[in-house]
Amino acid sequence: MGKITLSQVRKSFGEVDVISGIDLDIEDGEFVVFVGPSGCGKSTLLRLIAGLEDTTSGSMQIDGQEATHLPPAKRGLAMVFQSYALYPHMTVRKNIAFPLKMAGMTADEQAKKVAHAANILNLTDYLDRRPGQLSGGQRQRVAIGRAIVREPAAFLFDEPLSNLDAALRVTMRQEISELHQSLKTTMIYVTHDQVEAMTMADKIVVLNAGRIEQVGSPLELYHSPRNLFVAGFIGSPKMNLISGAEAAKYNCATLGVRPEHIGVGAGDGHWQGVVGLSEHLGSDSFFKVSVDGIGTINVRANGELNVRAGDRIHLSPDLEKLHRFDAEGLALK
Amino acid sequence: MATQSSRSAARLMLSPTVILLLVWMIVPLAMTLWFSLKRYNLLYPDRTGFNDFGNYTRFVLSPAFGGAVVNTLILVVGVLVITVVLGILIALLIDQPIWGQGIVRILVISPFFIMPPVAALIWKNMFMNPTNGLFAEAAKLLGMAPIDFLGQAPLASIILIVAWQWLPFATLILLTALQSLSSEELEAAEMDGAGAIQRFWYIMLPHLARAITVVVLIQTIFLLGIFGEILVTTNGGPGTASTTLPYLIYKEALLDFDVGTAAAGGVVAVILANIVAFFLMRAIGKNLDA
Repeated sequence: MGKITLSQVRKSFGEVDVISGIDLDIEDGEFVVFVGPSGCGKSTLLRLIAGLEDTTSGSMQIDGQEATHLPPAKRGLAMVFQSYALYPHMTVRKNIAFPLKMAGMTADEQAKKVAHAANILNLTDYLDRRPGQLSGGQRQRVAIGRAIVREPAAFLFDEPLSNLDAALRVTMRQEISELHQSLKTTMIYVTHDQVEAMTMADKIVVLNAGRIEQVGSPLELYHSPRNLFVAGFIGSPKMNLISGAEAAKYNCATLGVRPEHIGVGAGDGHWQGVVGLSEHLGSDSFFKVSVDGIGTINVRANGELNVRAGDRIHLSPDLEKLHRFDAEGLALK
Repeated sequence: MATQSSRSAARLMLSPTVILLLVWMIVPLAMTLWFSLKRYNLLYPDRTGFNDFGNYTRFVLSPAFGGAVVNTLILVVGVLVITVVLGILIALLIDQPIWGQGIVRILVISPFFIMPPVAALIWKNMFMNPTNGLFAEAAKLLGMAPIDFLGQAPLASIILIVAWQWLPFATLILLTALQSLSSEELEAAEMDGAGAIQRFWYIMLPHLARAITVVVLIQTIFLLGIFGEILVTTNGGPGTASTTLPYLIYKEALLDFDVGTAAAGGVVAVILANIVAFFLMRAIGKNLDA
């Protein structure tokens, strides 16, 4: 079981509120991603749940039990750190067995559980090596192994992939997702990378300046962002945000159009502009178009499109998929 | 240092320093060896010529020798144990965020800046003196008889003084090692269910192993030659109770004016130091491998 409930959790360092009053329900077996720009308090929130930081006020329940002031070891949570935090003087085997040893388990049981975890994570051949002799991805797996053997109520991941190269990141991302499918344990995952958030999460929590901006499934956030911040943060490339006279035509302060919701044509378009930069990836084409009277608009087109820098093109936004925001930045229905 | 020419250029540039250092080392060593084989007593200038190994046998067979070797080892081991254990504890303590941390750290390292004879005299006259020392006053206040530290426990008192001087060194090195331990590693251990003592035993102590090795090796080098503190406090006495190998050599050379025997003693001390170094490296040297 791994149901975690936060109510009005607040954390301040001196005068500064890092986390200002957060309410959040995390259901058992959910994969929850905390995402937000750096300094938004997502890591602090994870550390509050882990018990590595004390909450300033508010309360927290794990599986219905009051956990606000429990020490980290008593919460039944396991954490994978950004730096992996492996113990460098211990072999992989001892690293993975460490939490079991601390729990006073017999050597036989330890060996059985370590073998099981190593089997799941393909670490069997590396059990007698030290962390210094492993590659980044293998260290990552050892850190996950150390978390798995404890059979925790929930796993906490603190930007676990940020030290890996791009290709390995994709592989590890899939491995963690598969692990979640097979273990069905609650996972809380912190990242600043919205692609990781979109691909892995059941539920995304978008944080900004210590506040929750929106909670929802990846597609909910994509299709109906609650405010400008979420609209700009979720989606890649970023949503075009247009203000001024053009937005006023649609009765809003800011108009949002996703780059993939703009059609490109040679004539009779809604907007006209000159292509400033064009990137052709084969599967997709990206254009930076400076549109008359509006400014720069990013456009994404499927497949190859024979448009080069300097060409004058017509753009027609999909009127069904426009996002409208009022002067406060909140979405208009 | 890749090509043939850059390698030979490097050798050429390094050679003056290497040669100078070699001469600096070889000449005194050769002279000591030379003197150690000769009759050379300043009180009897007429007795000259080779003595074969007579100086060596006299030094090694003298009644004070065995005791001096034992005293030297007790001094070294005693100071090492005190400085490493207390050093770790103090390092743990001053690693905590406390008010006035800067001043505390300066106070902790200050004994290292006091010259050894001065420190020893301060301890001898202001603390350990049985009539007007602070310890005697404290004992009288508690209704006990004052202890004559340097008379009754001369070697232990010298160990105390020397340990006090070397504690800052150990603390400083262990503190920097402690600060290089990543906080995430400790937090991971905390989440893994390790209590404070287990975190110290399984995470901090292994991390400190290399620093402890450095402290032990460097201190052993200096502690084998401790001399000034003994000279100004006990003069090796009472009797030979606090005579160490360096002090015994000093006695041969400058109190008995027997240069030949003193030189032989010096050679013996070098050999013993190398034996100690050999066993020390075998015991803890593997900690220095990366």
